[in-house]
Amino acid sequence: MSFVPTPSIRVPDTPTILYCRCAYAQVVPTGVKNEVLGKLCESSTSFETVADLCEMAAHRDPRLQAIASCAKLRIAACYPRAVRGLFQQAGSPLPENAEILNMRTQTAGEVTEALLQSQI
Amino acid sequence: MITHTHRPLRVVLYEGTGCIALPTEARAKVMMTLLDKGYAVTRSGRGASAMPHDDCSLLVLGAFEGKAPALEDATGQITIDTRDITGLEPDAIISLVEKSRGDKPMNEPGKWKPWFPVIDYTRCTNCMQCLSFCLFDVYGVSEDNKIQVQNNDNCKTNCPACSRVCPEVAIMFPKYQGGPINGDEVNENEAKREKIKVDISSLLGGDIYSTLKDRSTAFKSRFSKERSADKALDERKKCLTKLVGDGFIPADVLASLPSTDEILKKAEAAKAKAAAALAAQ
Ligand code: SF4
Ligand code: SF4
Repeated sequence: MSFVPTPSIRVPDTPTILYCRCAYAQVVPTGVKNEVLGKLCESSTSFETVADLCEMAAHRDPRLQAIASCAKLRIAACYPRAVRGLFQQAGSPLPENAEILNMRTQTAGEVTEALLQSQI
Repeated sequence: MITHTHRPLRVVLYEGTGCIALPTEARAKVMMTLLDKGYAVTRSGRGASAMPHDDCSLLVLGAFEGKAPALEDATGQITIDTRDITGLEPDAIISLVEKSRGDKPMNEPGKWKPWFPVIDYTRCTNCMQCLSFCLFDVYGVSEDNKIQVQNNDNCKTNCPACSRVCPEVAIMFPKYQGGPINGDEVNENEAKREKIKVDISSLLGGDIYSTLKDRSTAFKSRFSKERSADKALDERKKCLTKLVGDGFIPADVLASLPSTDEILKKAEAAKAKAAAALAAQ
C-alpha cells in the first residue's frame, strides 16, 4: 500500500502549523508552551512539532528546508526576528508571509487563536 | 564546522480515516513526552496542510484496531513503519517509539545547549567587528565577502560577548534571557547606547578611553591604526574581564581562552580576513 503522509482531509490554502517545543534550553515559559500544545491537541487539526528550532538550525537540519518550503506557515516559537534569523542562517529563509507567534511574550490564548484562526 | 542532526525518525500520530483518535489528554502527553526527548512529531488529523517530508524514516502510530497497514512511500525514498497503538496508555506508546528507534543515535535535549550567534542580516552592515573579536573562530566570511557564522559549535555556551561588540545590534542569541539579544525588537535609542558600550569595549584599536571620547575617529582607525600586539591583547582581556565582572559572560570563558601566542595569531588572522573582506566590498 502506498502512502503519502498527508492529513485525511486536505483543505486548500490552509497554513501549515508548526510548534517549537524549545526543549534544549527552556526559554519559553513552560506554562505557555504546554497550554499551546494542549490546545492544538484539543483541536482536530493537523500540525507539526519539533523539539527545538535552535538545535535544528545549529546542525543545518534538512527539515528546515522542508518547513521553509511550505506556501503558508504559522509558527509558534519565540521572537520573530530570532526565528527568521535561524532559518536564514541555516540556508533556508522563511517566506515573507510566514506568521510567527511569540510564546515568550504572548499568552497561550493569543498564540492558539492565531494558529487556529478560521480552522477550528 | 557544522555537525549534522541525528534525527532517525519522524513520528506521525495518525488520526485520520481508518483510525480511532486518542483521548485529548493522552495525545497531549504522548506529544509532549516525545518532543522533550528530541523527536519531531506530526499530528495528522484534519485541516491544516501537512509538511513535506524530508529524508527521515516515518514511524506512523495509529489506533488501527489491530490492523496496522503495511505502507510504502510512493516515491520510494523513505521507509515507513506502522504501529498499532489501540488501547495503549501514553507510557506504552512512548516505549514503543523508543523500541522502534532501537540504538540509532539521536540528538537529545539536556546533553547540549544550542548556543551560537544568529545574525540579523536586515541590520548587519558587514563591518566585521564580530569576526575580529571572537577568539574561537565562530565567524567567517562567505565567498561573496559577507560575514557568516561558520563554526557555531565553537561558541562558548552562555557567552554573548560578541553581541556587545556589534555596533548595529545585529547579533542575537535566541536562548538568551534578555532583549534585544534574544531577538526582541531593537529599540533604536538603546541601540545607540549599545554603540557607545561597543566603543568602550573596542578591542582592537588604541586607547579605549579616547575611543569613548571620539567614536567616529575610533571607527575610522579600527582597522588602520598601528597598534602594538601587546596592547591589543591587553585590551581584549580587559574587555572580557569587564564583561565577566558584569556577569555578562561566564567566568569559564576567560579560563578557556587560548594561549597568548594563539590569541595574537588569531587576532592577526581575523584582522587580515576582515580587512580583505572589507577591501573587496
Ligand atoms: S526558536 Fe525560539 S522557541 Fe524555538 S528553540 Fe529556539 S529559542 Fe526556543
Ligand atoms: S559586528 Fe554586527 S554589523 Fe558588524 S559584521 Fe558582525 S554582525 Fe554585522
